Amino acid sequence: MDDLLINERIKTPDDLKKIRETICASAEFNKEKVFVCAGGGCIASGSMKVKDALISELQKKGLADKVAVVETGCLGPCAVGPVIVIGKDGTFYQNVSADDATAIVHDHLIGGKVVEKLIHVADDVKQQNVDEIPFFKNQKKVVLNNCGKINPNKISDYIAVGGYSALSKVLTSMSSDETIAEVGSSGLRGRGGAGFPTGTKWTFAQKSEGDVKYILCNADEGDPGAFMDRSILEGDPHSVVEGMAVGAFAIGCKKGFVYVRAEYPLAVDRLQNAINQARECGLLGKNILGTEFEFDLEIRMGSGAFVCGEETALMASIEGKRGEPRPRPPFPAQKGLWDKPTVLNNVETYSNIPRIISNGAPWFASIGTAKSKGTKIFALAGAVEISGLVEVPVGTPLRKVIYDIGGGVPNGKAYKAAQIGGPSGGCIPADHLDVALDYESLNELGAIMGSGGLIVMDETSCMVDVARFFLEFVQDESCGKCVPCREGTHQMLQIINRICEGKGEMADIDTLQKMAVTIKNASLCGLGQTASNPVLSTLRHFRDEYEEHIRDKKCRAAVCKSLIVFEITDKCIGCGLCKKACPVSAICGSTKTRHSINTDMCTRCGLCYSTCKFDAIIKY
Amino acid sequence: MSNNESKCSCSCSGTENCVEIELNKLDAVFDKWESQPGALIPVLQETQGIYGYIPAAAITAISERLRIPTSKIFGVITFYSFFSLKPRGKYLIRVCLGTACYVRGAEEVLTALKSQLGIDVGETTDDLVFTLDVGRCFGACGLAPVIMINEDVHQWVKSSDVEKILKSYRNLAQGAKNGSK
Repeated sequence: MDDLLINERIKTPDDLKKIRETICASAEFNKEKVFVCAGGGCIASGSMKVKDALISELQKKGLADKVAVVETGCLGPCAVGPVIVIGKDGTFYQNVSADDATAIVHDHLIGGKVVEKLIHVADDVKQQNVDEIPFFKNQKKVVLNNCGKINPNKISDYIAVGGYSALSKVLTSMSSDETIAEVGSSGLRGRGGAGFPTGTKWTFAQKSEGDVKYILCNADEGDPGAFMDRSILEGDPHSVVEGMAVGAFAIGCKKGFVYVRAEYPLAVDRLQNAINQARECGLLGKNILGTEFEFDLEIRMGSGAFVCGEETALMASIEGKRGEPRPRPPFPAQKGLWDKPTVLNNVETYSNIPRIISNGAPWFASIGTAKSKGTKIFALAGAVEISGLVEVPVGTPLRKVIYDIGGGVPNGKAYKAAQIGGPSGGCIPADHLDVALDYESLNELGAIMGSGGLIVMDETSCMVDVARFFLEFVQDESCGKCVPCREGTHQMLQIINRICEGKGEMADIDTLQKMAVTIKNASLCGLGQTASNPVLSTLRHFRDEYEEHIRDKKCRAAVCKSLIVFEITDKCIGCGLCKKACPVSAICGSTKTRHSINTDMCTRCGLCYSTCKFDAIIKY
Repeated sequence: MSNNESKCSCSCSGTENCVEIELNKLDAVFDKWESQPGALIPVLQETQGIYGYIPAAAITAISERLRIPTSKIFGVITFYSFFSLKPRGKYLIRVCLGTACYVRGAEEVLTALKSQLGIDVGETTDDLVFTLDVGRCFGACGLAPVIMINEDVHQWVKSSDVEKILKSYRNLAQGAKNGSK
């Protein structure tokens, strides 16, 4: 193993303790640290170049023995990446480039002087320390606690912060019943969206008769706008491995699979690496920590089918079949993968498990609301100042997440809605901004907690178009097995398309509503049953926009092409750029005089609008 | 394989031993997966990894080795959007049409790509350099809109950036071609 701090198998719980002590006492571990975010977002922004530059700069200055550059999981604020944190004083630097390495090492690490230009500024106030930046200060990190503190590629880093002690605890001092009871009394509910109590699910599988059982992890994070699971797998993969091992012990199974989307190559790499390391250390395989317990894990990759996030479809896919769902019962806990009793949980759920076992159920139950315990991670994106990954106690008001943590809506635009729960979810309008983010409160508004995608929209988003977007998505991803979903979503999409083109009729709204209810009641799986939620929720909160599209042939956000009108105002100086750009020659006017658009010829491509340098063209 | 299909189905333009050489590459894949339950999808994924698509000859070979009817294999291939039965370009461009990218203008980027490449979604340019496809969220919403070209993520893409991005990959492809000569 290339992890220098562990050179032998961990055979007993005492070994684990000793190794932890050795790691914590080692020179490598006690070096001063610079944390470089190696989450998917920051890597795309160039954080690996920053890391290399920092390492070579440290070598040049002869500091390589004293300062370690640590690649960590996602720190959260992807929009301002690459980001780094200086370990000794918690200084947070954003938008760092490789060229800044000299200044960071020379001025800060050696000279103790902060590099001003890389510091976060909010409302003209410079905020140097991670703990004083609102984006971080207002969060509560439980699942993401290790992201930003340890190297996800090193099992020694995970063990140093207490990793695998939960597995050791259940194997040496708890029975499977006690383990399930602990998870049950913590109040943990499935983080994949539906919120089913995890302890109850495990009890069903434990009680099912069968010599072979399976434990599965759903990492087919398909909801557009959700990237929590990806970040956990990339930032703290061992917590998922450990959580699954605890689950396997609880229900009595030896084999697990993690089903990961093919779109997440980095997550697959890091998880595979974690599994390999755990195997080499003897934390996966036979006789784990000197007990009778045996467990191993395998990764299976998805192939681009959204419906495979549904549990029965996911199992069909692992079996090598078309990922089509089947009716339940029998439930997976009775007949799942290859007809054996199976437990399926989501990545974030498993990652919670080691924390619950180590800190105890009462600690976990003290976070959150009466009915929903613990924290939830949201992927905050869209029209928000700082987009990225946010973890807050369940029940935190939406306003706090968008404004206190995300910094609000940028460019002086007004908040219009937040779409939560992806294609199965709904939109929350401005008058419900104070809604608590928990399962029940969101359901009341016609949205769902879902897996945690949270897309903020401002006045430039058309809510009819948003509903159309999600319908197009589910219509495209419907597996085609059952008629209500396959045909119903298709018909609904046609109606909405008509409305967006200005050809709708008032009766269409009723038809949409009726069809939505039928599809909901008659579909086979979760995809169909929730497919009409985005339409129902926009109809409920933004009915006036539908009516405007139909009655006034007007799209107030100027998104629906057929309904937009472009007009040249008196700001026009007659430069002729728009005239040149127009592909259908719909613009006329002579040089240095105000031009005009022939709306009958205009195809509303918007080229003139984006070409004009004087903001003289408006659309409405 | 029937007689009228004896010409190889890959894009090598018909070297004599092509089919045979090609299929040899699958042996390692079969050895690894044959004995495992649920092997079909990983085998198809690795097949596509080797050839860039799933050639007809490979389906026959997989069918024989894994003892699964070709009709079933075809059913699986066509179900999952990742599998392609046609050769694809050296660079697979995928435009994210997830919610965050959509509300930040991914559609305009896609339009620009279509018009500059002269192909529609799912198609490949004649020189086999680019294939255009769309994706549903790559989990990089904080950087929206994004496009992925093979494994590279391009962030905050505007339609006016498209020309420059395509040019850099065309140059890479041209460089590789000249290098191999």
